[in-house]
Amino acid sequence: MNYFKLIVLGLIMILAAMAADWGQDLAYRLHAFLIFIIAFVLFVWVLRRTDEPAAHPPDPSEYNDGVIRAGVIATAFWGLAGFLVGTFIAFQLAFPALNFDWAQPFANFGRLRPLHTSAVIFAFGGNALIATSFYVVQRTSGVRLFGNNLAWFVFWGYQLFIVMAATGYLLGATQSKEYAEPEWYVDIWLTIVWVAYLAVYLGTIFNRKERHIYVANWFYLSFIITVAMLHLINNLSIPVTILGSKSVQVFAGVQDAMTQWWYGHNAVGFFLTAGFLGMMYYFLPKQAGRPVFSYKLSIIHFWALIFLYIWAGPHHLHYTALPDWASTLGMVFSVVLWMPSWGGMINGLMTLQGAWDKLRTDPIIRMFVLSLGFYGMSTFEGPMMSIRAVNSLSHYTDWTIGHVHSGALGWNGMITFACIYFLTPRLWGRDKMYSMSAINWHFWLATIGIVLYASSMWVTGIMEGLMWREVDSQGFLVNSFADTVAAKFPMYVVRGLGGVLYLSGAVIMCWNMWMTIRGAKPAIAHVPNATPAE
Amino acid sequence: MPDNKEIDQLSGVETTGHEWDGLKELNNPLPRWWLWTFYITIIWGIGYTIAYPAWPMVNKATAGLLGWSSRGEVAEDIKAHEDKNQALVAELVAADMTDLAATPDLRRYAVARGASVFRAFCSQCHGSGAAGATGYPNLLDDDWLWGGSIDEIAATVRYGIRTENDDARFSEMPAFGDFLEEAEIDAVVKYVFSLSGGSIDQATLETGRQVFLDGCASCHGDSGLGDRDQGAPNLADAIWLYGNDPEAVKTTVKYSRFGVMPGWDERLSEADIRAVSAYVHSLGGGEE
Repeated sequence: MNYFKLIVLGLIMILAAMAADWGQDLAYRLHAFLIFIIAFVLFVWVLRRTDEPAAHPPDPSEYNDGVIRAGVIATAFWGLAGFLVGTFIAFQLAFPALNFDWAQPFANFGRLRPLHTSAVIFAFGGNALIATSFYVVQRTSGVRLFGNNLAWFVFWGYQLFIVMAATGYLLGATQSKEYAEPEWYVDIWLTIVWVAYLAVYLGTIFNRKERHIYVANWFYLSFIITVAMLHLINNLSIPVTILGSKSVQVFAGVQDAMTQWWYGHNAVGFFLTAGFLGMMYYFLPKQAGRPVFSYKLSIIHFWALIFLYIWAGPHHLHYTALPDWASTLGMVFSVVLWMPSWGGMINGLMTLQGAWDKLRTDPIIRMFVLSLGFYGMSTFEGPMMSIRAVNSLSHYTDWTIGHVHSGALGWNGMITFACIYFLTPRLWGRDKMYSMSAINWHFWLATIGIVLYASSMWVTGIMEGLMWREVDSQGFLVNSFADTVAAKFPMYVVRGLGGVLYLSGAVIMCWNMWMTIRGAKPAIAHVPNATPAE
Repeated sequence: MPDNKEIDQLSGVETTGHEWDGLKELNNPLPRWWLWTFYITIIWGIGYTIAYPAWPMVNKATAGLLGWSSRGEVAEDIKAHEDKNQALVAELVAADMTDLAATPDLRRYAVARGASVFRAFCSQCHGSGAAGATGYPNLLDDDWLWGGSIDEIAATVRYGIRTENDDARFSEMPAFGDFLEEAEIDAVVKYVFSLSGGSIDQATLETGRQVFLDGCASCHGDSGLGDRDQGAPNLADAIWLYGNDPEAVKTTVKYSRFGVMPGWDERLSEADIRAVSAYVHSLGGGEE
C-alpha cells in the first residue's frame, strides 16, 4: 500500500513540476509549485513510515475529535483573516487612497473583495460547518467518523482549496462569478474534497447506532448534497489550456446569469442557512439543556425550506434580461419561503422555554438568541427585498450589502462563535472557557459592530436608491453616480468602525481560546465514549 | 415503535421518545399562527402567479391576468414623461436656436435631453465626457473644424461629415506624398509645428515656408489659421486631431485623412438633433 502511495505521490510531483515550469500564468505556476511541495513532503513522510511497524490503529469506540480540534482552530483563524480583510476593504471604499499604488494590482479593492467573501463564507463558515458536522454526526449517531483518515483528507484538502482560491484571487485568477470565483482546477479539487466529505458523513450515518437520524443531520446532509450539485453545475467551464488558469463558461448571457444566481442564492440557502440550522439544532438545545420544541415543526420547516429555497434565485435578476415569468416565480417562492425560514427560528427560540433565565448568566446562550434574532430578521428582510417593487429600489444599492451582513455577521458569525465557545472546552478537556467575561465582551463588541454595520448600510442603501431614481420636473435624472458616492462617505466610515468592533470581538475570542487550550487540564480528563442512548 | 416517551417536567408536553446524545424532542404541534401565515403566503403566491406572468408552458409562459410586463412598465414610464414634455418638444422644434438662452426652461430641457442623446449616439467616438480621442474631435474646447455656433453644430450633426448626403460637410486634403519629396515633407511638418512655437532652424524654416505657401496656404491660409468654410483646420493652435507628434502630422501630409461622421437626420428626430446641438454647444466652446 505504501509503495502504491509513493508511486502516486511521485507522479504528482513530476506532473506538478512540469505544470510549474510550463504554466502560462503566475497563479497557475504558483499553485503547481505549491502542489509539488505538498506532494514532496507527503512523499518523504510516507517513505519514512514504509516497512516500519504500523502504529496502533485508532480505538473505534472513541470519537475522532482530532480533526474537529483542527477544524475549530481553522475556523477561528480564517474568521480573523476574513474579518480583517473585510474591515480593510470597508475603509478602502471610504478612503480610496488605501488602494496603495505600491500594492497594485494585488491589493486593490477588486481583488480583495472576493478574498474577503470567500474567506468568511467558505473558509470561516465552511470550516465551522465541517468541524461541527463531524462533531454532531458522531455524537448523534453514537459512532466514530467513517473512513479514519478520510476526515483528515477532507480537512487538509479543504484548507488547500482555500489557499489556492485566495492566492489565485490576489494574482488575478478568477472566473468572475460571485462566490464561485475560483478557476477550473481549484473547482475540480474542491469537488474531490467534497465527495470525500459526503462519504465520511454518509458513512458515519450508515454506521449509526441510533435508529432515527437526528434533525441536525438532515440539515447538514441537505447542505452537503445541494452544495455539491450547485458547485458542479455553476462551474461548468472549459479551460483555455490545460497549462493555464483561464477557463470559459459553458453557459452564456442570461442563461449564465440565471445559473449563477441559482447557485448564488442557494449558497446562501444551503451553505449559510441549512448548514447553520444543523448547528443550531444540536448546539442550542445542548447548551440550554432543554429538549427541542417541536419535532413536527422541524420536519415541516425542513422539507418546506429545502423545497422552496432552490427556486428563489431569480429574485437576484429582477428587471434584467431575465424573462418576467422567471422573475415572478423567483419572487413568489421567496415570499412563501418566509415561514419555513422562520420555522427554524421559532424552534430554536421556543426550545429555550424554561431556560430563559440562562440569558442573564450564560453569554453563550445570549449569542444563540442574538443569532436567531438576526436570522429571523434577515429571513424576513430577504423575502421583502425579493418583491419586485421593493427590489427596484434596493437592487444594486448598499441595502443588499447591509442585508447580507446582518445575516452573515449576526446569524452565521454569532452562532459560530457560540459553537466555538461550546466546543473549545469540551474538545480540549477543560471545564469551561478561560474567561467568561471575555465572552461577554465579545458578545457586546460584536453586537454593536453589527448594529453599526447594518444600520449604516440601510441608510446609505435607501438614500442611494432614492438618489438614483430622482428625476426633475422634466423627467431627467438629477444625480450623477459620483454624487451618490460622495453622499455615502460618512456612512462608509460608520460601517468601517462597525467592522473594527466586530473584528476586535473575534480577536478577544481567539485570545480566550488560546488561554483555554494552553491552560491547565482538570485532574480527570473527560473522554467521551461512544455509547448509544437506547 | 414504542420508544421511551416521557412527559417533560417544565412544559408538561410529551417527548417523541427518541434520544440522541442526551437530546430529546417535544411533541408540540405546529404553532397555529405560523401555519396560517404559511398557508396565506401560499394562497397569495398562487393568486400572484395568476395575476402576473409566471408559469412556463410549451411555447411560452402564462401572461398573467393583469397583462403586466416589465418592458410595458418602462414604456409607460417613458410615455408619461413624454406626454408631460410635449409642449416643450413642440417649442424646441420651432425655436430659433441662437436665441435659446432667452427661454431658460426650454434651454434646460434641450441640454438635458441632448446629454441623453449624446450618451446614446455620440459618446462611442467622442467619449462619454465629450473630450474626444485621436481622430475624433474634442468637443469641450473652442477649436472647431466646421464652426462652433449652434446652427453650425446642428448642421454638422444633421448631415454629417464626408457622408453620401449632398448637404454633408465635405473636404478632402490631397495626399502630398504623391507630389513632394520626403525632405520637403519633413520641412513642412517642422514648419507647421513652428507655427505653434516648435523649434526650427533657419534653412528648414525657409524651405518649409516655401512648401507651405505653394501647397497648403490655399486652404489653411498664409498664416496657417485654417478656414472653417472648407473645414481646413487651424494649424497654429497646437491642437492636433491625429496626435501631437510630428510622425502623425507627417502621415497626414503624405497620405491625407478622411475622417467620417455619420449624418443623423435619418436616425434622430428633429428635436433630438436640436437638443444634442444645444448640449454640445453648452460644453464650453460654443460660439455665438
